[in-house]
Amino acid sequence: MSTAPAQGPSSPDDVPAISFTNATKVFSTPAGEVRAVDDVTLDVAAGEVFGVIGYSGAGKSTLVRLVNALEPLTSGSVRVHGQELAGLPEPALRRVRLGIGMVFQQFNLLSSRTVAANVAYPLAVAKVPRAERRARVAELLEFVGLGDKARAYPSQLSGGQKQRVGIARALAAHPRILLADEATSALDPETTQDVLDLLRRVNRELGVTVMVITHEMEVVKYLCDRVAVMERGAVVEHGDVYSVFARPQHPATRRFVATAMRDRPSPAALERLRHRHPGRIVTVSVREDGTSTTDLTRALREHPVDGTVVYGGITEIAERPYGSLTLELTGEDAAIDAFLADLGRTTTVLDLGTADAPIEDPDAVGPRATGGVR
Amino acid sequence: MNGTDWDYLLPLLWEALRDTAFMVTVALAVAAVVGLALGVGLYVTRRGSLRQNRVLHTAENAVINVIRPIPFVIFVAAMGPLTLALVGSRIGREAAIVPMSIMASVAFARLVEQTLVALDPGVVEAARAMGASRWRIVWSVLLPETLGPLILAFTFLVVAVIDMSAVVGIVGAGGLGDFAIRHGYQRFNWEVAWVTVGLIVVLVQIVQLLGNTLARRALRR
Repeated sequence: MSTAPAQGPSSPDDVPAISFTNATKVFSTPAGEVRAVDDVTLDVAAGEVFGVIGYSGAGKSTLVRLVNALEPLTSGSVRVHGQELAGLPEPALRRVRLGIGMVFQQFNLLSSRTVAANVAYPLAVAKVPRAERRARVAELLEFVGLGDKARAYPSQLSGGQKQRVGIARALAAHPRILLADEATSALDPETTQDVLDLLRRVNRELGVTVMVITHEMEVVKYLCDRVAVMERGAVVEHGDVYSVFARPQHPATRRFVATAMRDRPSPAALERLRHRHPGRIVTVSVREDGTSTTDLTRALREHPVDGTVVYGGITEIAERPYGSLTLELTGEDAAIDAFLADLGRTTTVLDLGTADAPIEDPDAVGPRATGGVR
Repeated sequence: MNGTDWDYLLPLLWEALRDTAFMVTVALAVAAVVGLALGVGLYVTRRGSLRQNRVLHTAENAVINVIRPIPFVIFVAAMGPLTLALVGSRIGREAAIVPMSIMASVAFARLVEQTLVALDPGVVEAARAMGASRWRIVWSVLLPETLGPLILAFTFLVVAVIDMSAVVGIVGAGGLGDFAIRHGYQRFNWEVAWVTVGLIVVLVQIVQLLGNTLARRALRR
């Protein structure tokens, strides 16, 4: 679209689009105080797609609502393009909100208005003249691929179409920031992909900074440049998506990675593997910095050890390789140990032992072992 | 029953119908405006709503809760002094409109509040996120989004106000209810009583049909 915001990915002043400093939000409930957001310090750079991942109740929805002050801050600071929100009066906050689009899990379209009138809503709020409004609405509906649905009512649309209207509406007033609160969580996998593609276009073609709230690893994996992992109101880990997920430090991050990737056998699956394969079971990590699969092939050629892939998967995070392979190794114990030592120099190897001498995977997730096979 | 003199009664019945229509129309017009405002007031001052205000909410709630349970016959009499001050008389059609309007307004306020509470708070949040002011949210989100249920609530109110009009015969306001009592019930003329009641039932049916039709058009779900 010709109407991209003036400031794109390379903001000249390098002011973060969103900046949390010791941001804290406390709700008082009959059961006591709940620290929904607990001392969060975080910067979202202009032009990036920033993900916030966490299980439900982690505080991520509250965090995103601090950005447009739908929830007022209890203490700390939130800056949007350098402007402090804490203490701003309501009329000033309304002007800030005009520059921030938001899409919701349940779409929250006005059912009494047509698609076009929904998209026009923020333009009316911004007091854009009627003729200009009409042109902008047509342009936006074209951008989201719903040019033919202008006169339809939301009830006549599918979930994916509703969310595309939601995105068009959120973009209407030329915001520089888009907040997506579980935008794909109510959609089926195929529609999710369409909406993620659209969000990616919003970021890349229009230069809008996107903050994505989700509990789905797939969303972060596909869309985000950087990510923060939240648990009980706090950000427990954040950084570049690949480094956070390739080398997770916090247990919550490890759980997300393991459940999303399913590249490592669950305790129950491991038990079955050991039952089927009498040899030594090892898991070899695949990362972009090690040439693991090449090393693996080479090591198998050079050592008197037979290896069979029995479990695993290699996929991409942030368009870079990620995964692991679980192998059954057979041969002399000494040969296997030499093989593992050789491979261990370039990549991470996890020895899971044999059925007779099992070693558990400390980060395993999924169904527990039954204990029936030993 | 052969003694019923319909030549004499029909003009009176017609007049009673016009009196009822007049009182009901004015009371409903007042309630539509005042009740809607009070109902929106109750909603926005709720905890966590657009303009949370515990004092105002509690006060308005209390006033409505005091007025609504008063039996309408007693309320009509109790409003005597206020009626006298407002319309210059305690009796007659115009006088009856005062207690009817007040009672209809508080009843509608409750109905409006209930309707608004049922609205998905997500759409209100979306409007706030788009920078809409509170006042804009009221007229561009709350009312249009609940138009269907509001029409049904108002239809319920129309029937309730027709019912109220049957009581105001005690202050000489006439109307269909008064006609049924004086020319039917008190003279043991069941034919007159049932014809009048039948007329009221038909009236209510028409109103309900109209309300349902309008509500269906307003609902786009």
